[in-house]
Amino acid sequence: MRTQPLFDRQTTLVLSLLTIAAILVPAMNGLVPRGSALHLSDHLVPLLGKYVCLALLALSVDLIWGFCGILSLGHGAFFALGGYAMGMYLMRQIGARGVYADPVLPDFMVFLNWKELPWFWHGFEWFPFAALMVLLVPGALALVFGWFAFRSRVTGVYFSIITQAMTFALMLAFFRNDMGLGGNNGLTDFKELLGFPVQAGSTRIVLFVLSVLALACGYLLCRWAVGSTFGKVLVAVRDAESRTRFLGYRVEHYKLAVFTLSAMLAGVAGALYVPQVGIINPSEFAPANSIEVVIWVAVGGRGTLAGAILGALLVNAGKTWFTAALPEFWLFALGGLFVFVTLFMPRGMIGAAGDLWERSSQRLRAGRSPEPATHAAE
Amino acid sequence: MRAAVAALAAPPFKVHFMFCLRNVLHAFVLLLGMASAALAGPYEEALLKFTNDSYADTDAAIGSVARSGNPLSLDVIEALRDERLLIGSGQVFIRRTSGELINAATGQAWGNQVGEMKPVRVNNRVRRAIEAALGGLTLLSSDAARRLEAARAVFRSRDEAALPTLEKAIAQESLPHVRDALESARAAILLIRPDAPPMQKLASIETLRIRGDQEALALLSNLPSNAPSEVVAAAGKAADGIRTHLAFWEAFQSVWYGISLGSVLLLAAIGLAITFGTMGVINMAHGEMVMLGAYTTFMVQELIRTYAPGLFEASLLIALPLAFLVAGLVGVILERTVIRFLYGRPLETLLATWGVSLILQQGVRTIFGPTNREVGTPAWMSGALDIGAMSLTYNRIAIVVFAFSVFASLLLVLRYTSLGLYVRAVTQNRRMAGSMGIRTSRIDALAFGLGSGVAGIAGVALSQIDNVSPNLGQGYIIDSFMVVVFGGVGNLWGTLVGAMTLGIANKLLEPYAGAVLGKIALLIAIIVFIQRRPRGLFALKGRAVEA
Repeated sequence: MRTQPLFDRQTTLVLSLLTIAAILVPAMNGLVPRGSALHLSDHLVPLLGKYVCLALLALSVDLIWGFCGILSLGHGAFFALGGYAMGMYLMRQIGARGVYADPVLPDFMVFLNWKELPWFWHGFEWFPFAALMVLLVPGALALVFGWFAFRSRVTGVYFSIITQAMTFALMLAFFRNDMGLGGNNGLTDFKELLGFPVQAGSTRIVLFVLSVLALACGYLLCRWAVGSTFGKVLVAVRDAESRTRFLGYRVEHYKLAVFTLSAMLAGVAGALYVPQVGIINPSEFAPANSIEVVIWVAVGGRGTLAGAILGALLVNAGKTWFTAALPEFWLFALGGLFVFVTLFMPRGMIGAAGDLWERSSQRLRAGRSPEPATHAAE
Repeated sequence: MRAAVAALAAPPFKVHFMFCLRNVLHAFVLLLGMASAALAGPYEEALLKFTNDSYADTDAAIGSVARSGNPLSLDVIEALRDERLLIGSGQVFIRRTSGELINAATGQAWGNQVGEMKPVRVNNRVRRAIEAALGGLTLLSSDAARRLEAARAVFRSRDEAALPTLEKAIAQESLPHVRDALESARAAILLIRPDAPPMQKLASIETLRIRGDQEALALLSNLPSNAPSEVVAAAGKAADGIRTHLAFWEAFQSVWYGISLGSVLLLAAIGLAITFGTMGVINMAHGEMVMLGAYTTFMVQELIRTYAPGLFEASLLIALPLAFLVAGLVGVILERTVIRFLYGRPLETLLATWGVSLILQQGVRTIFGPTNREVGTPAWMSGALDIGAMSLTYNRIAIVVFAFSVFASLLLVLRYTSLGLYVRAVTQNRRMAGSMGIRTSRIDALAFGLGSGVAGIAGVALSQIDNVSPNLGQGYIIDSFMVVVFGGVGNLWGTLVGAMTLGIANKLLEPYAGAVLGKIALLIAIIVFIQRRPRGLFALKGRAVEA
C-alpha cells in the first residue's frame, strides 16, 4: 500500500496561507496605523480567531466523515466540553475579582449559596491540568461512546441520530444549575489567561496566532493520519465496511481511534474559542450547531481537509455578514446552502474546482494532441 | 348633630318629604339603638358592627348575622362577599346586582344613588368567616347543588357554629352524594372539636377514611395536640390507608400522563416511521410538517372566525383533511424535487432535509411572525373527567383516542390497500419489488406524502396542547427519532410500543428524577439500548437489513 507524501501541493498551499494569515492579521492590526484602509480594527481580530477555531472544528468533522464515513451530528458536544474545560480554568483565575469577591467560589456558586467547590472543579486553577482536561474530557467521552457504538456496529444514520441524542442530553444536563457549571448562563466574565488580561488587544493577537498554529498543527496531524496506512484503512472502511472487516481489519478499532482523535481536536478548538468569545454556555451543545458544522465541511468539500477549513471560513463569514445585513434571510440562505450543496455540489467547492481544473486541463491536452479520438466520441 | 348627619345620608334626589322624614326618624331610632342595645334585636345590633369597618368587628358581625335567622341575613353576607355591602352615615345598605340599594336593617328600597357610601372592606380572615357563614346558611337550601357547595364550604371552614344546621341538614338529606359531603363536613368539625366524645371522633375518622382524598389526609394528619391517644392511633392508621390509596391513584395518574405523552410521541413519530421505513430516508423536516399542520389549524380557525363563527366547534374536524393535504403536498414536492436525487445517500438526505426544515421554519416565521399563535379549543374538548382521585382533561383524552385511531387507520391502509401492499413490498426489498413491476419511485413519493400528511394531522392535535410557533417542530424531532430508532424501522407496532414505552417511562421517572434528569436518563437508556439492539425492538429480519 502506498502512502501519500506529507507535503504535497495542497498541504504546502494551506500551510503557506495560514502562515500569511498569522503574519498579516497581527501586522494589519498592530503596525498599520488606525484610519488606514488596511487597518484591521480590534473587534475583528477575535472574530477572525473565532473563525479559525471553527475551522479546526470542521477539520475534526471532516477527518471522520470525509475519510471514515462516520457522520457525527454531535461534534459540537466535544467542542463545548473542551470549551468548558478552558472556561473552568478561566473562572478559577478570576479569584476574588468577581462580583461577590469570593476568593475560591465562582460568582454563580456564591449566588446559588454553595459553600464549597464541587470535586470536579479542583485542579482547574492549574493551567497544565486544565489543558490536559481539554484533551482528555472530550477524548474520554468519545472513547466510551464510540466503544459502545462501534462495537455493536451502530452505523450510518443510526449513529448520527444517537450522537445527536448525546449532545441533546448533554445540553439538557448543562442547563441545570445543579450541574455546577453555571447552568443557563454558563461561564463568563473572564479576566486573565496565564496572567494576561483576556480582553487586551495583545492577548487577542496572541490567541489568534495560537489558533492559526493549532489549525496548522491539526491540519498536519490529519494529513499525516489520512496519508498513512491507517488512513487507507479508514477510507476502506468508508467505502466498504464489511469487506474491510472480512479482509481481517478490526474495523471498530480504527473507527474508535479516529473518532477519539477527532473529538480531541474538537476539544482544542473549543478551548481556543472560549477566551476569544468570552463565554461558554449550554447552547453550544444545541443539536443544530453540530449539524451546521457538517454543512461547512460539505460546502468546502468532504474528504479534502482543506475544504473543511475553506467551508468553515466562508460560511461563517457569510453568517456574520447576513445576520448583520439581512437577518431575516440568513436561515433561508443556510437552508438553501444545505440543499444546493448536497444536490449539486456533492464534492464541495474543492471538488468542483478540481473537476473544473481537470476538465480544462483535459481540454488543453485535447487541443494539443493531434488525434483526440476519445474526446470526439463524447 | 347626629340627626343632621343622618339627614345627609338621605337620598338627595327628588325627595318625597314624608319618605325622607321617615328615614330620618328610622336612622334616629337606630342611632339610639347604638347607645342602648336593648332597643334593637340581635340582627340590627350585629349590622351596626359593620359600620365600624374594622376587620375584627366585621368578623364578629358575620357570625351574629348568620345566627340571627333574619330573612335578610343571607343577602347581607352575600353582598359582603361581593363587596356590595355599603356603609354610610352609620347605616348599612345592600346594593343589588342591578344597582338598586336597599336598607339592610329594614329591607326598604333606598334608590340607587351611592354617593358617599363605601363598601365594607374584606380581608382573608373575613372571607373565611363569610364562607363558613354562607355554608351554614345554604345547607338547608332547596337547590341540591347549593347544598353540596355549602357542605364543602363547611368542610373547609370547620366552623363549629354550623354543627346544628348540619345535623338538621343530614337528617333531611335524600341525595346520597350530598349526604356524604354533609357527613364528611360534620366529621371534620367533630374531629377537631375539643369536647366531642372519642366515640364520635372515631366515627369521624372512619368517615374521613372512606372519603380518602388529600383534604381528608391533611385533616387526619393535623389533629389537635390534646386528642386522646386512641383517636391519634386511629387517625394515623386511617391516614396511612389514605396515603396508600392516593399513591395508588397517583401511579395511575402518572401512567395516564405517560399514555398521553406517548400518544403525542406516537402522532409525531408515526409519519416518520413510514418515510424512514420505506426509503431509509431521515427526514429532518418532519417536525416542520407537524408545524405546517398546526398552522393550517390556525388558518382554518381564523377563516371560520371571520366568515362562519357558527362552525367553530367543528374547526378541528375541518382542519384535519386540510392539514393532511397541505403537509402531504409539501412532502410530495420535497420528495420530487430534493430527496429523489439523493437515494442511496442517507446522510446527504439528512443534511438536505435539515436545510429544507430551516427554510420552512424561516418561511413560516416571515409569514406569520415569530410569536406564538393562538389556536382555540372547541367547547367539547375543554373540561375534565374525574375518575377516583384522577382528573383526565378532555383534550388529552381526545388526543389519546385520536392517536390510536390514526394508528389503526394507518395499519389498515398498509394492510388492506394496494398502496399499503406496495409500500410494504418496497420496505422489505426495494429491488425485488421493482422487479415485480412496482413503480418504486412513485411509491416513494406517495409514501412520503402519506408520512408527511400524517405529520400534518399530528400538528392539528398538537396545536391543542402546545404553542403554535415556528419552532413547534424542532421540539419533537429528536423525540420522534428516538421513538422510531427504539421501536425499530419498518413496523408500525414498533413505533406504538416505542412511543408508549418512552412516554410512560418518562412520566414514571419524573417524580423521582425531575423532568430534565428523567429525560436525560431516558436518552442515555436509549443510547445504551441501541448498542444492544442496533436495529430497534422490532427489527426487520433477513437480507433487507443490510441493504
